[in-house]
Amino acid sequence: MASIKEQFEIPGTLKTWAYALIGIGGAALLYGMFTKGFSTDEHEQVHFWGTLMYNTIFWTLVCNAAMFFICFSTMAQAAWMQSFRRIAEAISTLVPVFGTITFAVLMFVVLGDKHHIYHWLDHEAVMKDPILKGKTGFLNPTFFIVWTTLTITLWSYFGYRMRKISNEADQGPMDAATAHAFNIKSMVGAGFFLVWFGLTVASTIPWLWLMSIDAHWYSTMYSWYTFASSFVAGMSLVALWLIYMKNKGYMELSNSEHLHDMGKFMFAFSIFWTYLWFSQYMLIWYANIPEETVYFKHRVQGAYKPIFFLNLIVNFLAPLLILMKRSAKRNFTLMALMAVVILFGHWIDFYQMVMGSLMKEHVSLGWLDFGVLTFFVGVMILMTARALASKPLIAKYHPFLKESIIHHT
Amino acid sequence: MAQKKFVVGCFDDEATLFPAVKQVRTAGYKIKDVYTPFPVHGLDHALGMRETSLHTAGFIYGITGTTTAISCISWIFTKDWPLNIGGKPHFALPAWIPIIFELTVLFAAVGMVLTFCYLCQLAPGVKKHHFHKRATDDLFVMVIECTDKTNADDLQALLKSNGAVETETQVAEDGWWFGTYDKEDDLYNQKQLA
Repeated sequence: MASIKEQFEIPGTLKTWAYALIGIGGAALLYGMFTKGFSTDEHEQVHFWGTLMYNTIFWTLVCNAAMFFICFSTMAQAAWMQSFRRIAEAISTLVPVFGTITFAVLMFVVLGDKHHIYHWLDHEAVMKDPILKGKTGFLNPTFFIVWTTLTITLWSYFGYRMRKISNEADQGPMDAATAHAFNIKSMVGAGFFLVWFGLTVASTIPWLWLMSIDAHWYSTMYSWYTFASSFVAGMSLVALWLIYMKNKGYMELSNSEHLHDMGKFMFAFSIFWTYLWFSQYMLIWYANIPEETVYFKHRVQGAYKPIFFLNLIVNFLAPLLILMKRSAKRNFTLMALMAVVILFGHWIDFYQMVMGSLMKEHVSLGWLDFGVLTFFVGVMILMTARALASKPLIAKYHPFLKESIIHHT
Repeated sequence: MAQKKFVVGCFDDEATLFPAVKQVRTAGYKIKDVYTPFPVHGLDHALGMRETSLHTAGFIYGITGTTTAISCISWIFTKDWPLNIGGKPHFALPAWIPIIFELTVLFAAVGMVLTFCYLCQLAPGVKKHHFHKRATDDLFVMVIECTDKTNADDLQALLKSNGAVETETQVAEDGWWFGTYDKEDDLYNQKQLA
């Protein structure tokens, strides 16, 4: 293993790009904050804080999906991803960063009593409304703040623990007993994360953060839908970084076999996302109950119609048709392209989930959205690159590494 | 239904099989097939086999299923027998998606199974020659079809030198037949007695 490059040196161009993106995005963000965020016009305020909300939540969930990937692979004792696990680990270091921003934004909305975003914050209206009154046990500021704090802290903490356990694989060769103990320890660590992930991403957090924007409306599919959306985007992000690192001459132990399996994840979970999208849509369409169809009315028949169908084309038809072939999943160029397409598609999905409820009359997709996106992409690139450079790229003494090197699909 | 001449080499280990496959191929022989007791990773690649087109066939069957479902349901519900179901439009696409999906899967699955059976010449009652009885038990059996130019003895020697535990030349039925394995069993018993 002498020839393996273990230390990532951040290329100058990557840094320049990241700083440029942060600069441009940050300028747009600050400009938006002062012209819209603190404007006296409530419409402008909703526009700005809504935009910030879906971007922060999207990127937090996407980066958290990378840690979820590590944890469920560890739990299943999967070996194939060990050769590039440090990429997923590096992406997951962003959870505390984006989590803090999300927390700040959500606290500003809740404590700042922005009831145009979360209608349930308006205490007087809630008390007059039998439906919202019935939901006060869940939809109240105290629970929201406590649960959000707990969620972001524990995501960060359990993720940190997993990364720390993974560091032990750098220390030195393990004998059978040590390797066994290491394996058990990793699985216990993964278990904590997975249980907490199930309680948050797969159920309560999308209800609290996103679904409660439509305070009266509910869908039992919503959390799974959000999870599928963020997970497939997270897999795309890992694949994108893997391809980038391969292009720069790192990650010699990962090859098209590993990329093929990432492609399978992207393909399969795009279809899983569509399955949930359809299950949510069809039942509401079929039952045709006004209190349920209100969610889709302006999305399918109103201003959001183009975005709504773009969502389906980009997130379902494109991955289905393009990633179906085996050769496509092993092609680095095509996989990089599809990873970007899927990431963009699910960003659009989050856009319509949040802004489609906040600004029903017209689609405001413009400089603010792309500016904020640019800022987050820049931060993501910079922080991930730094995390990658901060420790060896290969968990050299991981007991499963050999199985990953000879991985064959 | 033709009798052909084959050289058969039996190996008892994957580790010797792979270099032997390589040697036999470099020597210019064309390997008909290798019969293994279990799927061996990378053997198809080592044998230089073309990737199967079964999945392309599957895609075409799937598309056929989708088209069948869409055209059938839309004709029935809009032209042939329009019914008012819960006030929904006659062309009620969301309600049809599950059926379209099911028919796609059904066509793809059944079509692929039948194609697979056809390609492998599998059907009820169809029999094929077994080159070695232990091919399904613990031996890796390499079969090379002889041409006019093949010297069977040379080839047997080559296989032996590459670690074959057992080699022989067989004249055997190339294709499939209906019936029983009586003739095959007789051959096997004679060989055991000899």
